[in-house]
Amino acid sequence: MPERAPRATPVRHALSHPAARIAMLGIAAAAAIALFLLLDLPGRADYALGLRWRTVTGMLVVAIAVGASTVLLQTVTANRILTPGIMGFDAIFMTIQVTGVLVIGPRLLLGTSPTVLWGIELVLMAGIVVLLYWWLFIKRRLDLHLIVLVGLVIGTMLRAVTTFLQRLLDPDAFAVVQNLVFASFTAIDRDLLLPTGVLVVAAGVSIVPILRSLDALALGRSTAIGLGVAHRRVVMHAVVAIAVMVAASTALVGPVLFFGLLVANAAYSLVGHRHAASIPAAALIGAIVLIGGQTVLARGLGFATELPVVIEFLGGALFILLVLTGRTR
Amino acid sequence: MSRASVWTIAGVALVAALAVVSVLIGVAELDGFVLVASRIPRTVALILAGVAMAVTGLIMQLVTRNRFVEPSTTGATDAASLALLAVLVVDPAMPIAVKAIAAVLGALVGVVGFLGLARRIPVRSSVLVPVVGLMYAGMIGALTTFIAQRQDLLQELLAWGVGDFSGIVRGRYEMLYLAAAAALIAWIAADRFTVIGLGEDAARGLGLDPRLTLALGVVIIAVVTGVMSVTTGILPFLGLIVPNIVSRFVGDGMRRAVPIVALLGAAVVLACDIIGRLVRFPVEIPISVVMGVLGGAVFLVILLGPSSRRTEDA
Amino acid sequence: MITTDGVTKRHGRTLAVDGVSVDIGPGLTAIIGPNGAGKSTLLACIGRLVRLDGGTVLVDGLDVTATSTRVLATRLAVLRQENHVPIRLSVADLVAFGRFPHGGARTADDRAIVDDAVAMLGLDSVRDRFIDELSGGQRQRAFVAMALAQSTDVLLLDEPLNNLDPRYAVDLMRLLGGLAAERGMTIVIVLHDIAVAARHADRIVAMKDGRVAREGSVDEVITAEFLGALYETQVAVEVLGGRRVVLWG
Repeated sequence: MPERAPRATPVRHALSHPAARIAMLGIAAAAAIALFLLLDLPGRADYALGLRWRTVTGMLVVAIAVGASTVLLQTVTANRILTPGIMGFDAIFMTIQVTGVLVIGPRLLLGTSPTVLWGIELVLMAGIVVLLYWWLFIKRRLDLHLIVLVGLVIGTMLRAVTTFLQRLLDPDAFAVVQNLVFASFTAIDRDLLLPTGVLVVAAGVSIVPILRSLDALALGRSTAIGLGVAHRRVVMHAVVAIAVMVAASTALVGPVLFFGLLVANAAYSLVGHRHAASIPAAALIGAIVLIGGQTVLARGLGFATELPVVIEFLGGALFILLVLTGRTR
Repeated sequence: MSRASVWTIAGVALVAALAVVSVLIGVAELDGFVLVASRIPRTVALILAGVAMAVTGLIMQLVTRNRFVEPSTTGATDAASLALLAVLVVDPAMPIAVKAIAAVLGALVGVVGFLGLARRIPVRSSVLVPVVGLMYAGMIGALTTFIAQRQDLLQELLAWGVGDFSGIVRGRYEMLYLAAAAALIAWIAADRFTVIGLGEDAARGLGLDPRLTLALGVVIIAVVTGVMSVTTGILPFLGLIVPNIVSRFVGDGMRRAVPIVALLGAAVVLACDIIGRLVRFPVEIPISVVMGVLGGAVFLVILLGPSSRRTEDA
Repeated sequence: MITTDGVTKRHGRTLAVDGVSVDIGPGLTAIIGPNGAGKSTLLACIGRLVRLDGGTVLVDGLDVTATSTRVLATRLAVLRQENHVPIRLSVADLVAFGRFPHGGARTADDRAIVDDAVAMLGLDSVRDRFIDELSGGQRQRAFVAMALAQSTDVLLLDEPLNNLDPRYAVDLMRLLGGLAAERGMTIVIVLHDIAVAARHADRIVAMKDGRVAREGSVDEVITAEFLGALYETQVAVEVLGGRRVVLWG
C-alpha cells in the first residue's frame, strides 16, 4: 500500500509519469509479441503463425487475468504478498474438474465440447465462490485475512480429496488430469480462448467504475467509508471479478501461484498504487514476462515447457524477499 | 479432582476403547497371526503417530507464538518430501533408514526456513503467519511436484505422501517409536517451551536462553515430521486442531497439556482410521483424506466459531 | 545496585542510548523523559534483553553480558510492556513461572511465594482464570506478580501503569514503594506520568536524546525550569498539600 503520496514536485521528469511508463510498457509488450511471432519462423509460415498467434492471445488473456486479479486482491486485503492462487479458487476449480473426469469418464469428457464443459465448470465455480465469500464477508463480517486463511484451508481440504481421487484413476485418466493440474502456456485450448478472453475483458471493464473507490480502500475501511465508498459492495464486486478471472486463467493454462505476485509488485514499483495505472501496468508486465520469457526460453535456450516453473520460482523468491524485508503491506 | 486429571482419565479410556475397535476391524479372519503381524502393529502405529504429531503441533505453536501452525501447513512436510524425492531420484532402493534421515534433514531445513520467515511478520498479523506458511509450503510442494514429474516419480511420490496406515505390518513401523520418544522429550522440557511461548523478552527475563530451547523444538519437529513422512505419510491438520481444542479447556501450559494433547491426538487418529476403514468396507479410504476433510472442517469451525475476528481496519 | 558505564545502543543508524553512565541504588527510581529519549532501551540494556553496542552494565557486581542468564534471573526481574498475544495460562500458572529460574514451583516455599505474589497484586479472585480472558489491567498485574515471584533484589518495569485504572495504579506504586523500603530492593520504573514519579519515586533519572539530562532527588529534577527544557514546553511546578504538582501549558 502507498507509503507516501505521489510526488508533489511541480516539475517531474516526463518519463516518470505513470502514463508515460505505461506507454513504454505497451511498446515493450508489442515488441515482445512481434519477436515471438516472427523470430525463427519455420517453412510453413502461415500455419506456425496461426499457432503462435493463438499462444500469444492466450498469454495476453492470462496476463490480464492474473495481473488484474492479483492487484485487486492485494488492495482488498491491504497486503502485498497475497495472490488469488492461495485463496483456494484454483483448488475449487481443480476439484470440479477432477470430479468431472471421474464421474463422466475421460473419453466422454474429451468428446464433449470444451467450451460447454468449461462454461459449466465456470458457473459452478463462480457460484460457489460468490456464495462462500458473500457468507464470510457480508454475513459474518469477518476480517479479510481470516477469510484468506479460510480459503487456504478449503483449498488444502480439496487438494487432499483431489489427491485421493487421482489415485483412483487409471493411467489414461491420470494423464488427462495431469494436463489439467499443471500450468502450461503452450497447450492452450483454441475453443476456450474466445469465451475466456471475452469473460476476462468483461470482468476488467466491469471494474473500471470502481477504480477510484479501490484507491480509497487503501486508506483503510473506516476512512474509505467516511469518504463515501460503499465498502462492502466494492469488495464483493472485486471478489467476483477475481473469481471470474482466476477461473479463466486456470482453465486456459492451469493453476498459477506466484506469477501474480511478481507482476503486481513490479507494477507498483513502476507506476505506483493508483489502480487506473497499476492494473494495466500489471497486465502489460505480465504480457512481457510471459511472451518475452517464452521467446527467450523456446527460441533462445530451447526449453519450451519450463516457463511456468521459472516464473513461479522467481515469484516465489520475490515472495520470500518481501517477507524477509518486512514489506508485507 | 482437577480439570486436567478428569480429561486425562477420560482420554485414556477413549483411546483404549478405540484401540480395541481398531484391532477388531479388518477384512482378514482374526487369528493369532493376523493379530500380531498386522492388527496390533497398525493400532500401535496409529497411537504413536497421533501422539507424536499432536505434541509436535503444540510445540510449533508455542515456538512461533501462533495458534494456527503445524508442520504440514508450514513447509516442514513438504521439505521432507523434497528430500525423500532426492533420495528416490538417486537410488530408489536405498534402505528406509537413509530415507528417514534424509526426510528429517529436509524437514529441519524446512522448519528453520519457515521460522526465519515468521520472525519477520509483524506480531499483530497473527493470521498472516499461517498464510505465509501455506504459501511457503506451496512453493516447496510445487518444486517437488515439478521435479517428480520430470523424473516420472510423481505417482510414487504421491503414494509416499498420502497418510496411509494400510501398509503397516510388524517390521514396518518401528521407527515411529523414535517419533514418540521425541514427543516424550518435549514433555520433559515442557516448562521451557511454555516459557518460550510467553515471548522472547519474558523468556530471557526468566533466565532461559530462547535459542537453545528453539533449537530443541526444531529438532523435535524435524524428527517427528521426517519419521512420519517415510513410515505412514502425512496426517494433515492433526497438529493444528488438537492443541487448539485442548487449549480451550486446559490452557497452553505444556506440562499439563501434553498428556491430554497426546491422548486426544491418538484418539483422533484412531477414529479417523476406523472411519476410513468402515465407510466403504472393505475398501479403505486413506486416513489422510479422512483427516484432510474432517480436520479441515474442524479447523474451519475453530476459525469461524464465536471468537472469530470481526471486520477490522486493514 | 546497578552500575552502568558508557552504555550505548543503536537502532539502525540512530543512537537510542548514547554513553549512559549512571548508578542506581536501592529504592524506587523513576526514569522519565520525552518520547524517543531512550528510556525503554536503557531499561532493556540493563535487563540484558538487548545486546550492548558499547559500555558495561553491572548488576550486584555481575556483568550482564558475561554472566549466565539463569543466574541473572535470580538477581533481576524485568517486565517489558505487555505482549498482546499471551498464551493461555491460568493466573496461578503464570505467576508460578516466576520460580522458573529457581528450578520451578516445586517446594512449599515456592508455592507460598507464588500465593504471596498473587495476593499482593489483588488477583486472588481470578487466580484460576486464563489470562487471555482477563481485562488488560488484570493481565498486566498478573505479569507484575510473576516478576515479583522471581524474588529478586532488582526489579525493572517498563511503563507498568499503562493499562491500569487509577485505583490499581496507585496500589501498584504503593506496593513497589513498600517493597523498596522494606526489602531494600532496587526498583527501576520507566514512567510516562511525571506526577506519579514525583509522588512515589526516591530518585529520578531524566533522559533526553539517549543521554541522561539530569539525575537526582525529586526536588532536584522536578522543577519548572528543568522540565520546561526537557520537554520543550511551558510548565509550572507547584507544591500543594506537600506534594509536587506539575502544570503543563
